[in-house]
Amino acid sequence: MTAQDWIAVASVVTAGLTIAIGSIGPALGEGRAVAQALDAIGRQPDATDRITKTLFVGLAMIESTAIYCLVIALVLLFANPLLP
Amino acid sequence: MTPFPAEVLRIGPVVVSDTVVLSLILGVLLVVFGRLLFVSRRTRFAAEYVYETLEASVLGMTTVDARPLLPLVLTLWLFIGAANLVGLVPGLQSPTRDLSLAAALAVISFAAGHYYAFKRHRFAYLRQYIEPSLFLLPLNVLGEVSRTVALALRLFGNMLSASLTGAIMVYLAGFLIPVPLLVLGVLTSLVQAYIFGVLTLVFAAAALAAATPKRPSSEDARPEPKEKT
Repeated sequence: MTAQDWIAVASVVTAGLTIAIGSIGPALGEGRAVAQALDAIGRQPDATDRITKTLFVGLAMIESTAIYCLVIALVLLFANPLLP
Repeated sequence: MTPFPAEVLRIGPVVVSDTVVLSLILGVLLVVFGRLLFVSRRTRFAAEYVYETLEASVLGMTTVDARPLLPLVLTLWLFIGAANLVGLVPGLQSPTRDLSLAAALAVISFAAGHYYAFKRHRFAYLRQYIEPSLFLLPLNVLGEVSRTVALALRLFGNMLSASLTGAIMVYLAGFLIPVPLLVLGVLTSLVQAYIFGVLTLVFAAAALAAATPKRPSSEDARPEPKEKT
């Protein structure tokens, strides 16, 4: 195998690892955030609107870490600077 | 039609992608639609009712006076929501899956926040960058930049992934199987439009609030290392 082939193999493997490992953290974080929000809504049903709004913004923030990993994986797969 | 932006025509060195064409058409359509709402009394009342509801929800989100930000946030909601949902039309892809459009919107959001804060507080608001100490200036500037990059990448990544999963499911399974994914795509589209507007509002409101040190900062704003009064 030439060097180009090795780069291609490494890119595909790394893209898979990136999205697999990179989605663990955000998944745990989002689960925790939703659990806490449900807990808070259960305690204080009056504050549901505010909690939901804050939850959405927070979830988007947490999710962006996974999105970064997705972007890196997509760059490796479709716009790899090391491959011709 | 691939999920990636395609070249439509080329004027010298400038490549015009389908994103440009589609977002221009979408902008014109939204303006025409807005004008048409004012033709009849009934649609006009409906539009005003929707506007007032949205206005109340936007103004209720911050503790600072966010009235000048209202047109920006509502326009972002409308345009990004429409642009995201365009992807559901067969043969079309949502223009926000292109990093260029997402980045342009993020730059608008970034510039607008600072413009309004500067307009209200003049140079006093620049003090927030050297707030705890002058040495934190690079970090504060970096925070502003990375927040804008994150805004662009979030919209782009979400829309591209929605469009890619749709394409992959069509390729793998074909008829009717991608429908649940499309439903999920509608949800993602609307939530991302909402998030983009809300984050613009929150960041701009934080910039607006930053120059008034005697008030406790708004709870939506990022926690700033500032002594509580």
